[in-house]
Amino acid sequence: MSAGQPPLDSPDIRRLTPVLGPGHTFASVTDKISAIVLTRPISVGWFVGFGIAFSIVGMLTIALGWLIVKGVGIWGINIPIGWGFAIVNFVWWIGIGHAGTLISAILFLLNQKWRTSINRFAEAMTLFAVACAGIFPLIHTGRPWMAYFMFPYPSTMGIWPQFRSPLIWDVFAVSTYGTVSLLFWYVGLVPDLATLRDRAVQKPAKIIYGMLSMGWRGSARHWHRYQSTYLLLAGLATPLVLSVHTVVSFDFAIAIVPGWHTTIFPPYFVAGAIYSGFAMVLTIAIPLRKVYGLEDFITMRHLDNMAKVMLATGLIVAYGYFFEFFMARYSGNKFDMFLVDQRLHGPYAPFYYALILCNILTPQLLWFYKIRHNVTVLFIMSIVVNIGMWLERFVIVVISLTRDFVPSAWGRYSPTGWDWATFIGTIGLFVMLIFLFVRVLPAISIAEMRELVAETSEKDK
Amino acid sequence: MLHRSHLYGVMGEFASPEELIHAVKRVREAGYRRVDAYAPFPVEGLSEALGLRHSLVPTLTLTGGLLGGVGGFLFQFWVAAVTYPMNIGGRPLNSWPAFIPVTFELAVLGAALFSVFGMLALNKLPQPHHPVFNVDRFSHATTDRFFLCIEARDPKFHLEEVARLLQSLHAHHVNEVEDD
Repeated sequence: MSAGQPPLDSPDIRRLTPVLGPGHTFASVTDKISAIVLTRPISVGWFVGFGIAFSIVGMLTIALGWLIVKGVGIWGINIPIGWGFAIVNFVWWIGIGHAGTLISAILFLLNQKWRTSINRFAEAMTLFAVACAGIFPLIHTGRPWMAYFMFPYPSTMGIWPQFRSPLIWDVFAVSTYGTVSLLFWYVGLVPDLATLRDRAVQKPAKIIYGMLSMGWRGSARHWHRYQSTYLLLAGLATPLVLSVHTVVSFDFAIAIVPGWHTTIFPPYFVAGAIYSGFAMVLTIAIPLRKVYGLEDFITMRHLDNMAKVMLATGLIVAYGYFFEFFMARYSGNKFDMFLVDQRLHGPYAPFYYALILCNILTPQLLWFYKIRHNVTVLFIMSIVVNIGMWLERFVIVVISLTRDFVPSAWGRYSPTGWDWATFIGTIGLFVMLIFLFVRVLPAISIAEMRELVAETSEKDK
Repeated sequence: MLHRSHLYGVMGEFASPEELIHAVKRVREAGYRRVDAYAPFPVEGLSEALGLRHSLVPTLTLTGGLLGGVGGFLFQFWVAAVTYPMNIGGRPLNSWPAFIPVTFELAVLGAALFSVFGMLALNKLPQPHHPVFNVDRFSHATTDRFFLCIEARDPKFHLEEVARLLQSLHAHHVNEVEDD
């Protein structure tokens, strides 16, 4: 906020940087948010951004097409490193998704008002991240057209999935997570789709939004049940989001591979997921509020709070790194100790140091008020954390697999161009979906913003 | 009783949630029961003013969760111990702790599906058309206006009286809602 810098750490900061800019009414929040979708002309910048993202998706299509033709041999994976980029990227993407559900469900249950203007696009981000994540386990099966084997269905061969395997748990966790996130997002969207239906001028838009809004008319009886469902979904999504990355961490922790077989993995994976997710929310929110003039809705208070959540979860992650070391030394297990030593001095040590720099050292700057309120620095830092969290998954997957129990099973891993094309391709897909989302759906929940207006105007009286 | 077959009800428009709640209370006091309010966001206290009882949604959600969880567990048991048993080093076939993650996920999935589709079914959505949409100004119900509709099927319904009542409550516009 340009209007007078508040004194550092003053108790008035909360009041000075509210969750909603002053002077807003039901109509003004509705106008401002729906105008982005309905009346605002498509800018050149949007076309350029969308075009770039779309061509990257083209690259993804080629990479996937070639993979289907040739098989996973086009990747850098080998024996012993059967889990290369595919799993690194899967864990990274699914982790990013977690912030959306955390913001929409956990902060809703905790009655945190500031979630209102960021929950919609954070949920969208979750869905898109889960979509990107879902690609990897699918394609790394080698024969993705056989992936339905994972699901329990009465096959003529009489074969059923192995429910004791964490990989099957993963199938259920990720598909449930995707489904529940979609339901939560859609239920939240219905009243806003009705708003767009009623405000749209062009016939096609009216019809499409009309169908999507299912004839929502804002009846008090409907709201009554709707609120019940929304609260219950939040209550269901909260343990769900914690379970998903726990199950993902089981993929590692259930195995006996050194560096994977630790009990700290579930909580530390969940914290890491929220950490990277909030970083991604910041990466999206900062340009979004700038380009679409949403500074009144996504205020400095939001950015400040998100930076604090990042700092807190970053510290939990740092604690996890510390305890990996401690437990390896304390256990006296020579394989675990050797693995820790390999992280520090092995062939992939530079990745480990980069990870410490990105994930532990840089975020300590967030202790400072001035850093948290410098939008540019915050944006850069969010990207640094995203890179750091990707490196973390790389370190976990690659170092453990290249340094197994016996030296004869050791190996090296380096990704090929196809690995990179697939990974960057999913980033393109994610960005493209975000671009489309911002243009066709309200990026901020209009109904909840009106509720916020009602509450803040009551307080002023 | 003055009752026109093509009339759905009479609708009054209000500018703020407080006015709407006040009006709802007065209309209920006057003895009308077939009443519904329309608001652009969930207004606090409106459900109570309308005398809405607990919704069925929580019960449905619990049912879905139980079906998903119990069904999911029994299914895994059936697969792992009955129809496709695999003897791996003599380990027990009903290794229930290993079934917990999937049981949990299916419980959440069942509860969420029942909650959302149950809510939609109870609300009778999707419903593409409804008589209230016949009122031109009703398009503001999804922006910043609050509506109260006294329906013609109310036994006490009398067109002029209802219109007068809404006017006395300072409704900004009072419209007849056509039923088609």
